[in-house]
Amino acid sequence: MGVSDADRAMVAQTSPNWITTKLDWLTNWARSNSLWPMPFGTACCAIEFMATAASRFDLARFGMERMSFSPRQADVLICAGRLPFKLAPVIRRIWDQMPQPKWSISMGACASSGGIFDNYAMVQGIDTVIPVDVYVPGCPPRPEGLMYGIMLLQKKIRGESFTDGALRQEQLVGPDGLFLPPERVDELSEPFGNSIHQTRSA
Amino acid sequence: MTETPSLTAVRDTFGPAVLRTDVVCGDAIAVVERDQAHAILTWLKDDPSQRFNYLTDITAVEYRDPELPLEVVYQLRSLPRKVDLRVKLWLDPAGPLEVDSVYDLWRGADWLEREVYDMFGVTFRGHPDLRRILMWETYAEGHPLRKGFPLRGHFSRAEQVRQALGGQTESFYSSEELEYAEDVLPSDVRERLRRGEHGGVR
Repeated sequence: MGVSDADRAMVAQTSPNWITTKLDWLTNWARSNSLWPMPFGTACCAIEFMATAASRFDLARFGMERMSFSPRQADVLICAGRLPFKLAPVIRRIWDQMPQPKWSISMGACASSGGIFDNYAMVQGIDTVIPVDVYVPGCPPRPEGLMYGIMLLQKKIRGESFTDGALRQEQLVGPDGLFLPPERVDELSEPFGNSIHQTRSA
Repeated sequence: MTETPSLTAVRDTFGPAVLRTDVVCGDAIAVVERDQAHAILTWLKDDPSQRFNYLTDITAVEYRDPELPLEVVYQLRSLPRKVDLRVKLWLDPAGPLEVDSVYDLWRGADWLEREVYDMFGVTFRGHPDLRRILMWETYAEGHPLRKGFPLRGHFSRAEQVRQALGGQTESFYSSEELEYAEDVLPSDVRERLRRGEHGGVR
């Protein structure tokens, strides 16, 4: 069984060439090793986040020691803590102000799912407000947990291609406040939250 | 339980307007007639024998038993005499929740009364600026600490996210802040404010 000329032509046309892959490798190496975090610390997860940034765990090893308190210079939004509905427009605004390429980490149970705060005031998972790349479970996660999440994000970035514009396109929220059709959301998120009577879409 | 001098004095002075006096765990409590409350609180503050010059807190209590009244609680402290007094009013939870503001006695009542209004829907007559303080001003689900309020709020999660994210720009600012920024407001915001609208969901 040999490879036909047609196959070779097809591969040559569709797969990225040597220069592009090497450029991808270079960009991804640079991007993944100089992630500037935008700290969005709202609760006790922020304490663990500060511990991660401090000398014992030393976020500088990942090129992340430069906290970017302006979203304009940030690469990764780390939501450390629960997000009340009153803050939802704030985090959305910060996310919109961050320039591409950008990523986000949802740190802790509350940011990822609402956690123990299954009540009227709290957003049940920040992925209903902004897109999320990595979820870090824990209440709060230990610094090791956050660093594992950061390393997962770095791994994700190293698999990206800077020529792939679709990665940077943002899906807008539909009129019903969801990114996907409600039945698809429920299928993906079952079981959801602390209650058996609650679905993610409603 | 032995009465404190303040309880005896307030009952001797106002007689039938004081519905009940208690000393519970060392705390002196006087339940007073709603319509007389402002006069009694004025006397407690200004009378040389009382001098309750510091308003520690205003809060409200609604019990699960619908027969029990909704209580508005004033926690007073006399800094020169070093004594505390708790004054309560009884309101019918089904009826209109209206009491006189004590803003004219203690300036600190401003935000305390706004909080009670926000959480319980108690209207304070004579308050200079009675609007929500914890929830945002366009919050449409009701008063969260009332017993009739469901834990997760009245709206669905998707609707809550939509309401939180879909607010017009001006709904994130108070009337005062908008006044300061009048010169730089976008024309559509200015137009809506001119029509008397403040906030609202797109």
